[in-house]
Amino acid sequence: MTRFQKWRRGEGAQGLFLISPTLAFTLLLLAVPLVMVIALSFWTQDYLTLHRTFSLENYQTAWTEPMYQYLMARSLKISMLVTAMTVLLAYPVAYFISFRISPKRKAMWIFLITIPFWTSYLMRIFLWKVILGYNGVINGSLMGLGVIEQPLSFILYNQNAVVLTLAHAWVPFAILPIFVALERVDRSLIEAAEDLGDSKLRRFFRVTLPLSMPGVIAATIIVFIPTIGDYVTPRLVGGPNGLMIANMIELQFKKANDAPLGAALAISAMTIVTCVALIFIWLNKKYIREAK
Amino acid sequence: MLRKGHIFKWYMGVFLVFLYAPAILLPVFAFNDSSIVSFPLKGFTTKWFAVLQTTEALHVAVRNSLMIAVTTALFSTLFGVLAARASTRFAFPARRSIMGFIMLPMVLPEIIIGVSLLVVIIQMGFELSLWSIILGHILICTPFCIAILSSAFMNLDQSLEEASFDLGQTRWNTFWLVIMPLVMPGIVASLLIAFTISLDEFIIAFFLAGTEPTLPVYIWGQLRFPQKLPSLMALGTILLVLSVSLLLVADYFRRRGIRKTGIESKGGFL
Repeated sequence: MTRFQKWRRGEGAQGLFLISPTLAFTLLLLAVPLVMVIALSFWTQDYLTLHRTFSLENYQTAWTEPMYQYLMARSLKISMLVTAMTVLLAYPVAYFISFRISPKRKAMWIFLITIPFWTSYLMRIFLWKVILGYNGVINGSLMGLGVIEQPLSFILYNQNAVVLTLAHAWVPFAILPIFVALERVDRSLIEAAEDLGDSKLRRFFRVTLPLSMPGVIAATIIVFIPTIGDYVTPRLVGGPNGLMIANMIELQFKKANDAPLGAALAISAMTIVTCVALIFIWLNKKYIREAK
Repeated sequence: MLRKGHIFKWYMGVFLVFLYAPAILLPVFAFNDSSIVSFPLKGFTTKWFAVLQTTEALHVAVRNSLMIAVTTALFSTLFGVLAARASTRFAFPARRSIMGFIMLPMVLPEIIIGVSLLVVIIQMGFELSLWSIILGHILICTPFCIAILSSAFMNLDQSLEEASFDLGQTRWNTFWLVIMPLVMPGIVASLLIAFTISLDEFIIAFFLAGTEPTLPVYIWGQLRFPQKLPSLMALGTILLVLSVSLLLVADYFRRRGIRKTGIESKGGFL
């Protein structure tokens, strides 16, 4: 038997053979398109003609024009707020399910938390508009109860509404990884800390939280990166001051018909978000090392 | 004074209200006898559901979406089965990075996927069609299918497979007679999840839709018209009931699959 035949019968070759269709599909429809977007971002377009010569013009516009700088900063701020709010909302829920619910009923609770995620995405955002609106559910009930006399106007068509709506959309995705991490926490370590005289709070900060950090990091990444790309929520509930960079990317690709600039904006946004995420992971690793 | 346990229960109560608020309001407005979507409620009616039956454009969009969702479910489950089987059974070179790459669409913003596919299709000179949406949907659904199918394949006892070889079965027969029946529930769950995700996906579909709209693209177009809103609420209610039923069926199959392999179920999807 030649060496090639031996290799072909081995595990490695069989695995690669099995995975090749999926891998080929992903390469063709993810890697190739991404490379093309990067190429496009270095080209320029005036009206309908595309100039295929290398140029940094789009990036110059994307990084120096005040409007884009402003939109980028605002998007980053909103994404960070959404991530912080989502993780803070999710942690107690994951903790509750992991520590206070009997093992048999945990699956049911997780299912209960994932159901709202499966209601139509557009409808969910639109209903937040109904809830927060001028004649909406919150204003209606507060006025009915006599708490306020005029409808509150600061709750819709601004950044708060965007943060709230996005946090609602992403919270199940944050609960799941944190829950999985908390399930892996060895309960005897917590008991040991208790026996050694740590108070409940100290026990939480010195044992449970550091051990569940991988889940928190996963939740942060899962929420933070995709949030920057949402253009529906800002459009429906954000008002003029709540628009984000993704709205601008959409505009460049569709109505403004400047795909190269849109590509440069998209790549800049992705780069910034990835860098922020990497810095966050690095800070966390440091925190965990110090906790040990 | 509130005891510590009570604070948790209060928190969970408030959280669940927050989480379920839109899902509960949807049917409330769908049956409300008023052409404005707001409180106070006016009375009970089913006329908004009747409006849906006579809207021809909606029926076209539903047909398009069903075609896309079924095709997406079949292909992404097929890709998912191959990848999940490969990664759980065989050790091959660069396994971690290959799997990481295939799972990447799960964390990539959908707008990036939509934009990049749009660029490729336009640059290659193809027309946008329902097929371009299907390609995008297969790309984002495959990671979800792999996540579900991996747990199904991981729970397989390899000795069953070896026993089948010892009893003289071929590789092909072993796959169909031993492995497939055991992972079948996982496959059904994967089909249903991919179908549900595709049916509801808007961002990619909006970028890649040519002249033929999908259901979410149709809904997006209608959201601008206030007089259309009550019937959209009715439509949303139907979709909600449909997806929750599909999910319950998917979860039933997933659990059955786990029971079959003799491991106790823990946690839900993903």
